[in-house]
Amino acid sequence: MGPKHDKLQLVADSKWDDAQALAVITEHSHLDGALLPILHALQETFGYVDARCVPVIAGILNVSKADVHGVISFYHDFRHAPAGRHVLKLCRAESCQAMGCESLVDHLASTHCLTMGETDATGALTVETVYCLGNCALSPAALLDNELIGRLDATKLDAIVMDATGMRS
Amino acid sequence: MSVKIYVPCDAAALSVGADQVAAAIAAQAAKRGEAVEIIRNGSRGMLWLEPLVEVATQQGRMAYGSVQASDVAGLFEAGFIAAGAQGAAAHPLALGLTEKIPYFARQQRLTFARCGITDPYSIEDYVAHGGFVGLEKALAMQPAAVVEEVTASGLRGRGGAAFPTGIKWRTALAASADQKYIVCNADEGDSGTFADRMIMEGDPFVLIEGMIIAGLAVEATKGFIYIRSEYPHAYRAMNKAIEIAQAAGYLGPSVKGSGRAFRLETRLGAGAYICGEETSLLDSLEGKRGQVRAKPPLPAIVGLFGKPTVINNVISLASVPYVLAHGAKAYADFGMGRSRGTLPVQLAGNIRHGGLFETAFGISLRSLIEDIGGGTQTGKPLRAVQIGGPLGAYLPNQDLDVLLDYEALAAAKGMVGHGGIVVFDTSVDMAKQARFAMEFCVKESCGKCTPCRIGSQRGVETIDRIIAGVERAKNLEVLEDLCTVMTDGSLCAMGGLTPLPVMSALNNFPEDFNKSAPKLAAE
Ligand SMILES: Cc1cc2nc3c(=O)[nH]c(=O)nc-3n(C[C@H](O)[C@H](O)[C@H](O)COP(=O)(O)O)c2cc1C
Ligand code: SF4
Ligand code: FES
Repeated sequence: MGPKHDKLQLVADSKWDDAQALAVITEHSHLDGALLPILHALQETFGYVDARCVPVIAGILNVSKADVHGVISFYHDFRHAPAGRHVLKLCRAESCQAMGCESLVDHLASTHCLTMGETDATGALTVETVYCLGNCALSPAALLDNELIGRLDATKLDAIVMDATGMRS
Repeated sequence: MSVKIYVPCDAAALSVGADQVAAAIAAQAAKRGEAVEIIRNGSRGMLWLEPLVEVATQQGRMAYGSVQASDVAGLFEAGFIAAGAQGAAAHPLALGLTEKIPYFARQQRLTFARCGITDPYSIEDYVAHGGFVGLEKALAMQPAAVVEEVTASGLRGRGGAAFPTGIKWRTALAASADQKYIVCNADEGDSGTFADRMIMEGDPFVLIEGMIIAGLAVEATKGFIYIRSEYPHAYRAMNKAIEIAQAAGYLGPSVKGSGRAFRLETRLGAGAYICGEETSLLDSLEGKRGQVRAKPPLPAIVGLFGKPTVINNVISLASVPYVLAHGAKAYADFGMGRSRGTLPVQLAGNIRHGGLFETAFGISLRSLIEDIGGGTQTGKPLRAVQIGGPLGAYLPNQDLDVLLDYEALAAAKGMVGHGGIVVFDTSVDMAKQARFAMEFCVKESCGKCTPCRIGSQRGVETIDRIIAGVERAKNLEVLEDLCTVMTDGSLCAMGGLTPLPVMSALNNFPEDFNKSAPKLAAE
């Protein structure tokens, strides 16, 4: 039996709201090393980190705007624009390579016109590369939104894409 | 009386349908009017058998695997909850008593003693299985005595660098400051590794206990666990466990009424492999770009927010409670040479019995891969093994008689690292693997040193030319020079060790670099 893609959670609503962003920022600003927790919380709330928040965070944490921008751009996780409604992170590290993850990448491209790092035309599904999900005994692995999938194959992948893009009810 | 049924909540088990199995069991039991208690345990580590369902009987826990939701009705039909009997011994999924399964029975489980047995969120269960004995002993000892116990155990860092844990603690204890920190490195970025994740999800209190003991040992009152964002389950598990431990008085201003404080918080990484390197991790925790710091000063003297900091891997810290509870000698009695104790080996990639196998040092890689792991999953011959993560060497089949031991592997130009073993069959193209190692360095370099940042980019281009057959002899020379520069001119092991997988692939599998592959040349 496959993963429970009948229960896909929607990725956060991506309408940015400055007032809400400020609330999120101040809620986390007391933490030691608050910048990463703030950025994670913003991304969890809005699905991405809007550049508009940079001066606000810089002011509250008393660091330079360049510092905040430098951190956002250093880490692979933080998005500059919203992703699709669902995000599939496909593992392409060594253990999953040993079990054929690259053929799944090809399958996504050839069968579903999905290129790694991109979102489908309807904005439903973003596919991304990730390096290891700690599921290397059950490779190939992927993370669909926040749900781990093991022993991924073309059939499971087809079902995930169909469900996420609403091609299958 | 209700029958206890165990269905793991480990992420690997969930990834192949454990939640659906638990739901199906609950539904079947309700339909049949049977009283069952479903316990979501950690994983026993036999991941190829997940979801592994266990039923408590008078003889012990009977295992069934791998169970899918569609199997559940049949299991009930076959009588698998008939306590006291042999259960559904004749059912095709029946595996017998869990602890008699050879893969499990052959292990020496010290760090993972409870993982898969207990409910990860039950302190009562934890205590009933020997939890917090080490902490109680540590609370009655002088800090220096705790440090000496850990030193005497011979425990070396399980994160990769294998530095003696006790020596690191001694340095931090000797440093005086108004605030010291314990930082747990749960960035577990190496492909082929999942031991940290399994402990955090399967026995989180053992990590919490290890960190409290570390705090007592070096007089640190605050700890952080830096968990990679690729581990959403482990992150939730640790947060939940911390809350429970806090409510039970193990964490807070006075650990179990001792008057000694220890507070613990988690932080989430953000998708940067380099943040597993300890100084980069500290910068990341401080809210900066994860760039590697030059050493000295050692983090034990100038660490997090400039304060003395012990930074240890999850497994190093989770092994400390055993050392304190049973004594340094009990731990050091396992192992060989300067590799004392046990290592949770992770068998991964193209392997039949993939999973976690905790064993004393000294077993051969071949035995681990063939006897325990059952060879390749595809059934094709084994061709290469990468041990020690993406910065580890590729060993050919004929080199697998080397023993699991830090020094023996180093002598074989390999590396234990975090204990991950990734198996490849004959379909692997080693030139592609070498290229990937360089490409990974391009993507994950922190950017501080030129040989790492630019050299790896040049490495990718050079390997592409070699693969395409363009001036092969000359480009092989260029690649070798490049690797020497990276090895000698990099601040950390990212740039410094990337040549290891590259050159081992080239030296052990030269034939793969000799095929003309015009397709790749066009890339
Ligand atoms: C590029 C790089 C990545 C690393 N990744 C990790 C990691 O993911 N987890 C870890 O525990 N140690 C990692 N290390 C090793 C740490 O720098 C450090 O040695 C370790 O956290 C110390 O803890 P230990 O002594 O308990 O092993 C990495 C090192 C390097 C150079
Ligand atoms: S070797 Fe690479 S990752 Fe390490 S400090 Fe230098 S640039 Fe950064
Ligand atoms: S390498 Fe893919 S999950 Fe670890």
